[in-house]
Amino acid sequence: MRYFITPALLIALKDLYSEWRTRQVVVTMLIFSALVIVTFSFAFDPTRQAVEALIPGMIWVITVFAGILGLNRSFLSEQKQDQLHGMIVAPADPASIYLGKVIANYVFVFVVQAISIPLLLILFDFQVPGDYGWFLLILFLGTFGFICVGTLLSAVSIQSKSSEMLLPVLLFPLVTPIVIAAVEATRIVLAQDASISEAFSWMQLIVVYDLVFFVAGFLLFEYVLEV
Amino acid sequence: MDNKNSIFRFLIPSKGYNILFYLAIPIVIMALYLTFIWSPVERTMGEVQKIFYFHVGSAWNAFFAFFVVLVFSILYLVKRKRIYDIIAGVSAEIGVVFTAIVLATGPIWAHSAWNTWWTWEPRLTTTLILFFIYIAYIMIRNMEGEWQKKARLASVFGIIGFINVPIVFMAVRWWETNLHPVVLGDGNEQSGGGLEPSMLFTLLFTVATMTLVYFLFLRKGIYIEQLRLETSKLKAKWQEKEINREAS
Repeated sequence: MRYFITPALLIALKDLYSEWRTRQVVVTMLIFSALVIVTFSFAFDPTRQAVEALIPGMIWVITVFAGILGLNRSFLSEQKQDQLHGMIVAPADPASIYLGKVIANYVFVFVVQAISIPLLLILFDFQVPGDYGWFLLILFLGTFGFICVGTLLSAVSIQSKSSEMLLPVLLFPLVTPIVIAAVEATRIVLAQDASISEAFSWMQLIVVYDLVFFVAGFLLFEYVLEV
Repeated sequence: MDNKNSIFRFLIPSKGYNILFYLAIPIVIMALYLTFIWSPVERTMGEVQKIFYFHVGSAWNAFFAFFVVLVFSILYLVKRKRIYDIIAGVSAEIGVVFTAIVLATGPIWAHSAWNTWWTWEPRLTTTLILFFIYIAYIMIRNMEGEWQKKARLASVFGIIGFINVPIVFMAVRWWETNLHPVVLGDGNEQSGGGLEPSMLFTLLFTVATMTLVYFLFLRKGIYIEQLRLETSKLKAKWQEKEINREAS
C-alpha cells in the first residue's frame, strides 16, 4: 500500500499542482471544447428536433477531442528533463505511476466536462429529462475508460518524436467501443421518454471495457516505461 | 545451414521456405481451379459469388495473423528475443494486407449480393477498426529509436489491440441491432451449414491454401528482416573499419 497508493496520489497531486500553477492544459482544453460547440452549431443547424439527436454525440466528441489535447501533454513535463527515469527508479510500483496519471488526467477532463457540458446544454437550450444521476454515472464510466486507454497510449506515443500525431491514430480505433456505447447510453438517458433499463446493457459494456483496460494498463505500463 | 559463418548464409533461403514454396505452387493452382472451374456457379448471385472463397480465406487469415501478433507480442515481453519481435511485426504486416483484401473484395461482393457497397454491419465495421488498429501498430514499429524500445511499445499495443477486437465486435453488434434489425442474414456466410458440399470443399481448400500462403509470406518476411539486419550489421562493421583506417 505504501509503495502503491501513496506514490500514485503524490504523482496525481504533483500534476494537478503544476497544472494549477500554469493552468495551461485545462484552459486550452476548455477553449477548444467551446470552439467545438460553436463549430457544431454552424455545421448542424440546431433546431429543436436535431438537438436531441446531436447532444449525446457532441458531449462525447468534446470529451474525446479535448481529452486528447490533455493526454498529449500528460507525459511531456516528465519527458523534457528525463524525469521519467527518476520515476522509474523511485521505490514505487510502476503501476502506481499509471494510476497517478490516470487520476490526474481524469481530473483534467472532469473539469472540462463540468464546465463545457452545462455550457453546451445552455447554449442549445436543452433540458435534461428525468434523473441526472444516471447521466453522470455514464459520463463517469465512459470518461474513465477513455482515460485508462488514453493514459497508457500517451505513455507509448510520448516516446516518439511525433507524439502529437501518433496518439490520435493509436487512440481512436481503440476507443471505438467506448464512443459507441457511451453515445448510445447517453442518448437513451437523455431521451424524453427515458427508460433507463435499455441503457444497462451499454453500461455493462462500458464497465467491462473499463475493467479490461484498467487491468491491462496496470499490467503493461511497466513495459511501456522501461528503459 | 553448413556454412554458418559466411556472411552470405542469409542469402540462401532456408529449407523450410523452399518446401513451403514448392508446396504452395501446385496448391494455389489447384485452389484457383477449384474456385473458378470446378465449383458450381451460385444460383442467385452468379459468378460474383466466387469472390467469396478468397474473401473468407483472407478474413480468416487476417484474424489468424493478428492472433499470431498477440502470441508473439506476449512472448517478446516475457523472453525478449528479437526473433519474436520480427515475427510479430511481419505477421502484422501480412495481416494488414489480408485485411485490405477483405475490405476490397467485401464491397465488390456486397454490391451484387446486397446491392450496397458498404453497410455498418458488425463484421464489416470490426474489420475496418481492426485495419486501423494494425496500421497504428505498424506506425509504432516505424517510430525512430532503437529496436528494443519499438519492440516493447509495439508488443504492448499488439496485446491491447487484440483484446479490443471482441469488445468492438460486441459494441458494433448491439449498436447495429439497436438502430435497425439485422437484414443481412441471408448471405452465405451467415447460414454456414447451407452450403453446397462442393462449395464447402472449395471454401475449406481455399482457406487452407491462403493459410499456406500466409506461412509462406511469414517465412519470406522473416527472411527479409534478417537480411536487413545483416546488411545493417555489415554496414556498421564497414564504417568502423573505414574510421579506423582514416585514424591510422
